Amino acid sequence: MLTAIVLLPAAAAALLLCLPRRTPRAVHLGVWAAVSAVVLALTLAVWAGYRAGEGIQYETYARWIPSAGIGYHVGVDGLSLPLLAMTGVLFLACACYASRETRRVRDFAALFLLLETTCLGLFAALDLILFFVFFDLSIVAMYFIIAGWGHRGAAQAALKFFLYTFAGSLALLLGFIGLYLAADPHTFDMVALTRENPLAGRSAYGALVLLALGVGLAVKTPTVPFHTWLPPAHTEAPAAGSAILAGVLLKMGTYGFLRIAMPVLPQAWREYALAFVLVGVVSVLYGALVALAQTEFKRMIAYTSVNHMGYIVLAVGAAAAAGTDTADARRLAVTGATFQMVSHGLLTGALFLLAGVLYERGRTYDMAAYSGIAARAPLFAALTAVAVFGSLGLPGFSGFIAEFQILAGSLGPRPVATALAVAGILLTAALLVRALQRMFLGPLRLPDTAGASRAFADVRAHEGAAIVPLLALAVVLGLVPRFVLDVIEPASRGVLELLAR
Amino acid sequence: MSASLWALVALPPASGVLLCLAGRRADRVAPATAVSVAAASVVLAVAAAFAQPRAGAPLLRGAAFGLAVDGLSGLMVVTVTAVAALVLLFGTADIGPDQARARFFGMMLLFVGAMLVTVTATTLPALLMGWEVMGATSWALIGYWWHDPVRGEAAGVAFLTTRAADLGLYLAAGAALAGGSSLALADLDQVDRPWLHLVAAGVIAAALGKSAQLPFSFWLSRAMQGPSPVSALLHSATMVVAGAYLLIRTGPLLAASGWGSGATAWIGAATAFALGLVAVAQRDLKQLLAASSCAQIGFMVLAAGAGSAVGGTLQLIAHAAAKSLAFLVAGCWLTLLGTKELPRLRGAARAAPVAGVAFSVAALSLAGVPPLSLWAAKDVLLAGALAYSPALYAAGLAAAAVSAVYGTRALWYVWQPPAAPRPAPGAPGPKRVSAAEGVPFAALSAAAVALTALVLPPVRAAVARTLGAIGEPQPFLWEFAVSGLLALSVAAAVWAWAERPGPVPRRFARWAAGWFGLEAASRAVLVRPVQRLAEGLAAFDDRVLDRGVDGLARGALRLAGLADRGVEPAVDGPARGTAAAGRALGRLARRPQTGQLHQYLAQAVAAFTVLAAVLVLVLVLVR
Repeated sequence: MLTAIVLLPAAAAALLLCLPRRTPRAVHLGVWAAVSAVVLALTLAVWAGYRAGEGIQYETYARWIPSAGIGYHVGVDGLSLPLLAMTGVLFLACACYASRETRRVRDFAALFLLLETTCLGLFAALDLILFFVFFDLSIVAMYFIIAGWGHRGAAQAALKFFLYTFAGSLALLLGFIGLYLAADPHTFDMVALTRENPLAGRSAYGALVLLALGVGLAVKTPTVPFHTWLPPAHTEAPAAGSAILAGVLLKMGTYGFLRIAMPVLPQAWREYALAFVLVGVVSVLYGALVALAQTEFKRMIAYTSVNHMGYIVLAVGAAAAAGTDTADARRLAVTGATFQMVSHGLLTGALFLLAGVLYERGRTYDMAAYSGIAARAPLFAALTAVAVFGSLGLPGFSGFIAEFQILAGSLGPRPVATALAVAGILLTAALLVRALQRMFLGPLRLPDTAGASRAFADVRAHEGAAIVPLLALAVVLGLVPRFVLDVIEPASRGVLELLAR
Repeated sequence: MSASLWALVALPPASGVLLCLAGRRADRVAPATAVSVAAASVVLAVAAAFAQPRAGAPLLRGAAFGLAVDGLSGLMVVTVTAVAALVLLFGTADIGPDQARARFFGMMLLFVGAMLVTVTATTLPALLMGWEVMGATSWALIGYWWHDPVRGEAAGVAFLTTRAADLGLYLAAGAALAGGSSLALADLDQVDRPWLHLVAAGVIAAALGKSAQLPFSFWLSRAMQGPSPVSALLHSATMVVAGAYLLIRTGPLLAASGWGSGATAWIGAATAFALGLVAVAQRDLKQLLAASSCAQIGFMVLAAGAGSAVGGTLQLIAHAAAKSLAFLVAGCWLTLLGTKELPRLRGAARAAPVAGVAFSVAALSLAGVPPLSLWAAKDVLLAGALAYSPALYAAGLAAAAVSAVYGTRALWYVWQPPAAPRPAPGAPGPKRVSAAEGVPFAALSAAAVALTALVLPPVRAAVARTLGAIGEPQPFLWEFAVSGLLALSVAAAVWAWAERPGPVPRRFARWAAGWFGLEAASRAVLVRPVQRLAEGLAAFDDRVLDRGVDGLARGALRLAGLADRGVEPAVDGPARGTAAAGRALGRLARRPQTGQLHQYLAQAVAAFTVLAAVLVLVLVLVR
């Protein structure tokens, strides 16, 4: 089942590439949307069959390179299932959004389908090398999407994105090899490594491996100071690419912390958790502050991602604090961190698609060029307002459930750092509301850049079909989060138990 | 049981969201829908106040979404829904058919719903949900006329200031968890120390921010940019009183912290006095009323700190009636006369007597003139202050005197004969007040008078029982007499003093008129430094971090170039040399191949000669 979900998009991509070039545009886009819908439906079927609190399910194991301890091992648990579902939703939304794309549609669809396989595969992977393969392939597919369909400076931004994150993945590989060598018998299997805890009592070795893993995952997340690939990549990427990049690809980093670093290296993680707390709180504040100073809408959202991902890093760092009296709080923090991944995917995905709508009309992201858009495009303004308030963590949206749990849970274990991070909530509120005010309210003023449309049409059907469900889902998760939390909570307890070894 | 409570808190926001989703299509039905929803809410609220239902749903681990109506909440929900219904009724006349009515009424309903969740919440997450959604909807309502950038900015200031204070609730929640407590509001006083202090500080900060107490008061001045019904609702029974409500609700927490009660009481007293002075200094009626909101809520905060839950609650209810009434009349005049400047409002009361009488009730009530309700309520809470400390009582009385000044001052202007005959060719004679305006005026005026009954000993005892606040200090008759006489004499003096500038230095008056420069100070101390820091960090990000990475890449390229030019030749040298030698040898070997037969023959002869010579030599040597 899981294998089918993972491989279906790649198979569809191969099929698309086999079709003759003259196949109508609609066929490619139709296949893309249909496959995304099927993947989402299958994921929901997996969810329906998933029994919360019973560990890894839907497990599949196949021999792959047994001589090197590598196997094809996939499965889902409470950490990965919500992310798989979120991935399915976001890719379907992007397929809807791109349904009017005209530039090299076949390749565009095929790349997105390939990208979907890498994302789903990464979240399902239970083998380090499998994880690494999907991790790297996602970079490759995203490179081509940015370079091929991005804006003017896309080639350079894409190259920077590729080289930077690729370098990160090499650090990750080093760490994986370190784990492999430490295990006896040598293996890359995550379940076996987690069970074995191979670096227990080997402090220096553990620290080095954690350093490699930490740097690799921190580049992908990204945290300060490894984030500088993110703003240019987002600014130049096409809207759907940005949505996936921020919505799904960034989660690979934080998911790696919860899936690999914490359970496999509990001792090293506990020893160096303070570093993660610091990186987290710096990312929260630095990301928000730098976002506050941006003049371009999309670049600003890109920096808010650094801020939002910072909360996750803070929470996973705080989760390692010692003491049993904060056990409940730390569980809340880890649950919140996982929930934040889903929530950020939906809300930032929506914001990036909205940024795409803006660019398509005005041909610039410069916030100073716009004013009073609400007069021309009330629906667009309303959707952006909803996305903005959701993104700043307003209750009633998923972001609040996530951030409240993270902050309330982290304060006990790490009071000073968390108290500082709380200020991040205010900063994001300030910068997002200010942007909303300047661009959408006030007297009407539209940019006169080349290619900008004078009319500034409101949100079209296909754009609405992509954005509205994301926002609606964020509201559902904000009002009735139990159905997701019931899945996440046992898994976060599991992570903390593994961490306490 | 719990279904009725769910209905109470869900009906207004759900219908509000539906109205907003329907957008301009629903403009026609929006007023009627909103008023009927609000009326239904009043019924539900009254029913809930008697039935005292509880409801809850699991939300987070160890922190449910809990709602309940107890005595305090019961009084609150009735006050909130009743004022909301009357304000919405007024809104049907004030917000014309040419405006985006669905958005207005939808947001108002959502706002009311958020307030209802706030006052019925039993856990911190539930409270925070209502609390922050209320802040966000206030943004949408203050910025309702969004074409005007000034209003948009005002909305932003209001939202961000209250949210800054809201951070306190996040900290309080974290500290409560860390201190081994649940997130139930009732358990907050059992948090372990030192976390208890953080919980108390967080709750107090959030409440002060929401209630526009010092030093957060300035946002309320900006909030005046919204439509009049918004001001009427926001300043009376919702939003700004939410902070006072929270402090009354968490009284045990304040007491347990040791310092919380005193700090709260004195901040309340300071706000009541200082913002009263700000109100006195205003020339704009709505600004005067806004400052008076801060001041009057200061009394509630004082009451919460001094442990007079009954007094605080009575003040809250009585103020809700008086203040919403005052704002509605001000809004009515703004529509009829096109101004809210006090000097230009001369004669406004005579021009529209219904409104004039209603405003008089409101203003006299705010002034604390007997026998109106705020006079009586204030004495109940000041009895608590007296028991707490005589100094606090004295401060409270001083603040009450200031409120008599601004109340009377506003009244004086509107009852003066018009300075000059107003050039209004289109509409001579007294202005008509429509039924949708008149009914709220009448109802709220009646309430402002009748609520005095709440202070009569048997009724007051019943209120105390309802609130579960038995044994709080009771006011003596002389206290009523003192405060009543004080208010009357101050009012008389102000009336006689008339328009002459107050007996204070002009610079102080200007300072007070500008709300003591609180907003400018917050900008100078907080906003601008943060902005500068942000710009600095952004520059650092671009010029140092990003350039550093780029530099790394460039360095790699340069290294590659260096290797290409420097190392490669060195490594390649021997190979090249060997090849060159081979090539030279080859060239040499090509020399004899001339293609001419006679030369080949000569070469053969020479070669054979050499060969023969060698052979001979070898043979000789072997022998």
